[in-house]
Amino acid sequence: MSHKVTIPRGPYHPLQEEPEFYKLIVDGERVVDIDVRIGWNHRGIEKLSESKSFDQSAYLVERICGICSTSHPFAFVNAVEEIDDIKVPERALYIRTITGELERLHSHMLWLGLAGHFLGYNTVFMWAWRYREPILDVFEAISGNRNNYAMMKVGGVRRDIDDSEIPYYKKVLNDELRPAIDMFKGAVLDDPVLAARLKGVGVLSKEDAVDYSVLGPTARASGYDIDVRRDEPYATYDRMKWDVILCREGDVFAKAVVRILEMYESLKIVNYCLDNLPGGPIDANVKQVSPGDGIGHHEAPRGEVFHMVRCDGTNRPVRHKVRAPTFMNFPSFKKTVVGETIADATIILAAIDPCYCCTERLQAIDHRNNKTVFDAQKMIHLSQHKTWDLGRTMGFSEKELTERMGRKIE
Amino acid sequence: MDRTKVVTTIKDRFDGRIKRFYDKSAGRIYIDIDKKDLVDFARLIFKDMGARFNIATAADHPEEVEIMYHFNFDGIGLIVTVRIYAPKKKCKVESLLPVMKGAEWIEREIHELFGVEFKNHPDMKPLLLPDDWPKNKYPLRKDYKLSSKQEPC
Repeated sequence: MSHKVTIPRGPYHPLQEEPEFYKLIVDGERVVDIDVRIGWNHRGIEKLSESKSFDQSAYLVERICGICSTSHPFAFVNAVEEIDDIKVPERALYIRTITGELERLHSHMLWLGLAGHFLGYNTVFMWAWRYREPILDVFEAISGNRNNYAMMKVGGVRRDIDDSEIPYYKKVLNDELRPAIDMFKGAVLDDPVLAARLKGVGVLSKEDAVDYSVLGPTARASGYDIDVRRDEPYATYDRMKWDVILCREGDVFAKAVVRILEMYESLKIVNYCLDNLPGGPIDANVKQVSPGDGIGHHEAPRGEVFHMVRCDGTNRPVRHKVRAPTFMNFPSFKKTVVGETIADATIILAAIDPCYCCTERLQAIDHRNNKTVFDAQKMIHLSQHKTWDLGRTMGFSEKELTERMGRKIE
Repeated sequence: MDRTKVVTTIKDRFDGRIKRFYDKSAGRIYIDIDKKDLVDFARLIFKDMGARFNIATAADHPEEVEIMYHFNFDGIGLIVTVRIYAPKKKCKVESLLPVMKGAEWIEREIHELFGVEFKNHPDMKPLLLPDDWPKNKYPLRKDYKLSSKQEPC
């Protein structure tokens, strides 16, 4: 006799870094059905983008997600450049590739840590995040920011790489990071406990992968051979030789293997780009975008990010569609979780590296009385206020700060 | 399957039912069809020709809603976009769920943001908006006012 019990989890739960809601329907230990509700992170980015200029939109989409923050602007500039077939300077393309691949490195490290954490393997969690730090330092040296790098702009990149710092980047990547990835490869792939825990768990067959049109490492772990970096090369991905990592098993272990081995490919690409960085300008100085549709994509750490931009000749998009990889990967839970035990559900759900803020694309609102607590203007003001206070602490006078920021911030 | 083969197969199999064929560039093809042919077309391109369903984009026009279905041919770097128009007065389109599961969420999203009904979709509940969102208010239509305060957000 079956006795079904519904276990709600979320939308806010200590184990979740972002809000989501799962209704797991279980029969004894086995999950027999799952219902997922999202929407707690919905910010209306697509609507907002219609009121922003092309320069502002690149910033806006950068703020969709903090972890893969360069993926959305990357796909967005690809889309806008496709409308007019803009020729981007070679050096800018190399810098874009470097940013994109460094991001994959830090994002896969982050996932590895989280996966270890969900499994109770906290050593992996601590070490992965420790070795993620040097990558963020490289980002800080390149762009000035550890996250939200603001490198992309239509027609080029915003900041140049200082050639004299390349030896430092290479030292960090090859002397610090590579041994760390070697270590993780050994610690994860050769660990009998992890193998026993993850092999054969949460299997997504290739047929289901195709049916649900999943993307990125989730697809490649199931033997679905897709990677837009290779299939439709953009930036400088066609200049060097690198491999698409493919596994056949489709379980959680295969997804971990794909991510770890992909980090080596990313290192290969970044090293090539740093060695062969050409000179020249970094911006094509685009002044006008013609009317038309543009489709752009970028292989983000979690899969292909897709942007479609429609322009009518003004300086802002008429329609801007954003599709994050998790949007396609998420519904495949129905196939992977059902039939497994509740204990395995968490790691199966984490295995696609879900990203809710991407999926739902701000405004803070008090739900009880529908009152807006912070609107966009208020948030900008808070941010300016913080800069002002910091400036005062650093010893700037009010006059100097007023000059720098354009006005006095109360 | 190379690019010319994709183009000839689509033209042969869909002879007479293509309203407009726009060869934009090496990697992009746009095809306008009637909305009653949508499921047939999706079956052809997804099941028979092995394209990957990328996503659907809806866009608002004064009298109708335009829906573009993007299909990727990954080996050759080609995106085929199939375009249909649904008049706002009778905004009903066949669901693609019988052909591919990947369309489930995007149809729910287009339903709540643009007000398009999808026939044969088993579970048309809201995806992103709250359950108590008022009926007949579609945030991504151009006539929707962003500043209106009456909705729960």
